[in-house]
Amino acid sequence: MTEAEPSAVPTSPPAPDAAVADVARVPLRGLELRAALLLILMALLVGAAVLYLMWVRGAFEATQKLYLSADDSEGVVVGMDMSFSGFPIGRVSRIELAEQGSVRIHVDVPVKSARWLRSSSVFTLEKGLVGAARLRAFSGILDDPPLPPGAERMVLRGDVSAEIPKMVADARDVLLNLNRLTGEQSALYATLGEVQRFTRRLNSSQGGLMAAVTGNEADARRVSDLLQRTAQLVKHLDAVTQRVDGVVQRADRQVLGQDGLLTDAQASVRQLGALLQDVRQSVVKVDAVLTEVQAVAGNAREASTDLGALRTDVEASLRKLDALITELNRKWPFAPRDKELRLP
Amino acid sequence: MTTGYSLYGWLTGLGRGLLRWLLGWWAVLFTGAQVAVLAFSPSSYGPEARGAVLRHIYHAAGPGLPGFTTLMTLFNVVLIRILVVTAFSYGLTQYALDAVVRVLVLELIPLIAALFVAVEYTIPGGSELYKLRRAGALQLMRASGREPLSHEVLPRVLAGMFAVLLLALLSALISLVLAYVAVHGFTLAGLPSYNHAVGNIFNPVVSMIFCMKTLLFALAVALLPVANALRDIPRRGSRTSVELQGLVQMSVLMLVIEIASLIGNYY
Repeated sequence: MTEAEPSAVPTSPPAPDAAVADVARVPLRGLELRAALLLILMALLVGAAVLYLMWVRGAFEATQKLYLSADDSEGVVVGMDMSFSGFPIGRVSRIELAEQGSVRIHVDVPVKSARWLRSSSVFTLEKGLVGAARLRAFSGILDDPPLPPGAERMVLRGDVSAEIPKMVADARDVLLNLNRLTGEQSALYATLGEVQRFTRRLNSSQGGLMAAVTGNEADARRVSDLLQRTAQLVKHLDAVTQRVDGVVQRADRQVLGQDGLLTDAQASVRQLGALLQDVRQSVVKVDAVLTEVQAVAGNAREASTDLGALRTDVEASLRKLDALITELNRKWPFAPRDKELRLP
Repeated sequence: MTTGYSLYGWLTGLGRGLLRWLLGWWAVLFTGAQVAVLAFSPSSYGPEARGAVLRHIYHAAGPGLPGFTTLMTLFNVVLIRILVVTAFSYGLTQYALDAVVRVLVLELIPLIAALFVAVEYTIPGGSELYKLRRAGALQLMRASGREPLSHEVLPRVLAGMFAVLLLALLSALISLVLAYVAVHGFTLAGLPSYNHAVGNIFNPVVSMIFCMKTLLFALAVALLPVANALRDIPRRGSRTSVELQGLVQMSVLMLVIEIASLIGNYY
C-alpha cells in the first residue's frame, strides 16, 4: 500500500516530468476497492448512528400529549424528563406562556408508559440545591381511570432554594442570640467567671474542696469535724447493725428452725385440717338427718291438710246441728227452758 | 518628529499586516469555494479523477485507522474510568454518563480526529503540493490540459474531510460502547436507561452543532494546508514554514470553531 502513497516526501524536489507522471499514475484496483469499502463503512456508520439517535429520541414511538400548568417555568427545560417512581416516562417537548400568564408545559408521554398516569395523578416540579429541577408524577390509586390524551393538570412546586433566605435569617437570629449569650454582660459569662473563681479556690492549698464550697477555712474545719463525727457514728451504727443481725438470726432459728414456731404451726394446721374433715363428715350426716326431717315435715303438712278437711266437715255438721236445734226451738211448743244442747 | 514618523511607520506596518492577513484568508476562502464548486460538479468525477479521489481517500483514512482506533480506545478507557470514578466518589452517579458523553464524544473526539488527520495526512499532503507547485508541475499539468485543482487539490481535500469524519464517527461509537461498559458492566440490563440518557444528550440542537462542528473541523483540516500550498507566503519560502503556518492557522480556526460550538451548546 505504500508504493502508491501520495504523501511520500522525496529527498529532493521532483522534476516536473516525474510530478506529471506521479499525477497520471495508473489507478490501482486494490486501493480503490479498499477506499470503496471505507466509503461503505462510513455510510453504514452514519446510517446506524442516525437511526440509533432517532430511536433513542423516541422518533419511532407513539406518544400522547400531557399539558402541565405552572406558575413559574424556572428549572424547566425542553428535553427534561418527567419521571414516575424514578423511571422516565415522558419528556418535555415545549414550554410556552399561556394567555392567563401561567406557564404551559407540553409533555410527550409514550403510549406504553401512559398507563402509569391516572386521572388522580399528581405532578410536582422539585428543585433541589444541587442538580437540575425534576418533574415527577405520582399515581396513588392505580385503579383509577387512565389519564386521557391531551389532559391538563396543575404542577405543584417544591423549591428548596426558596427556603434559603428564610434559613439564613433564622441562622442570623441564632448567631445573634449566641453572641448575646456569650457577651461580657451575659449570665453565661458571669457564671463562667464564678466557676473560674471556684476552681481557683479549689486549686488553692488552703482548705481544698471544703474551703472552696464553704468559702472560708473555719467552716471547712467545722465540716471536717462533722465528717469525723459522722464517721464515728457510722462505726457505731455498724456495731448496732451487727448486733441486730445476731438477733435476727436467732429469731430466724426460733421461728423458722427445725423445732421452730412455724413447724408447730404447720402441725397444728395439719391437725386442724383433719378436724375439719371430721366436721365435714358430721355435717354430711346432719344433712341426711335434716333431709329425713324435711320428709317428716312434709308428711305432717299433708296430715294437717287432712285435719283441715275434717275440721271443715265437723264445722259443717255442727252448723247443721245448730240449724236443727234452731228449727226444734221454733217448732217445739214447749220449748224447753233450757236450750242448752248437750252433746254426747 | 521622530515619534510621529515611528507611529506612522507602525500604523503602515499594521495596515499592511492586516491586509496581508485578509488577503491570505481570502485566498483560502477562494480556494475553498473553487474546491466546493468542483466537488459538486459531476465532471470532476471522471474515471481517472474518481480513481485519484479513491486512492487519496484510502491513503488518508486507511493506514491510520487501526492505530488511531486503538489509541483512541485506550484513551477512552482511561478518561471514562477517571470520569466515572470521580462522579461515583462524589455521589453524582447519575451525571457520570452525561459527563462522559459530553466530554468525550461531543468535544474531544472530533478535535483529536481532526488533529490526527492533519498531522498524518493533510499537512504532508499540503507540503507535497507546495513542492509540486514550486517545481512547476502544476503549470505543466495546466499546459497539458489537466486542471491541477480537480486532479491534485480536490482529491486531497475530499480525502482529508472523509478521514476526519470516519475516524471521529468510529471513535465516537467505540466511546459510547466503552462508556456503557464502564458504567453498567457487561450486562444488557442498563440498556434502556443508557439509551434514554444518550437520547437526552443528543437533542436536535446538540446533534446539529456536533455535526456542523465535525464538518467544519474536517473542512479546516483538509482545506487550509492545500490552500496555503497554492499561494506564496511572504518572507517564508521554506517548506517547513508553510507547514508551521498552516498548523498555526488551522489551530486558530479550530479554536474558533470549538468556541462557537461551546457557546452554541452551553449558552
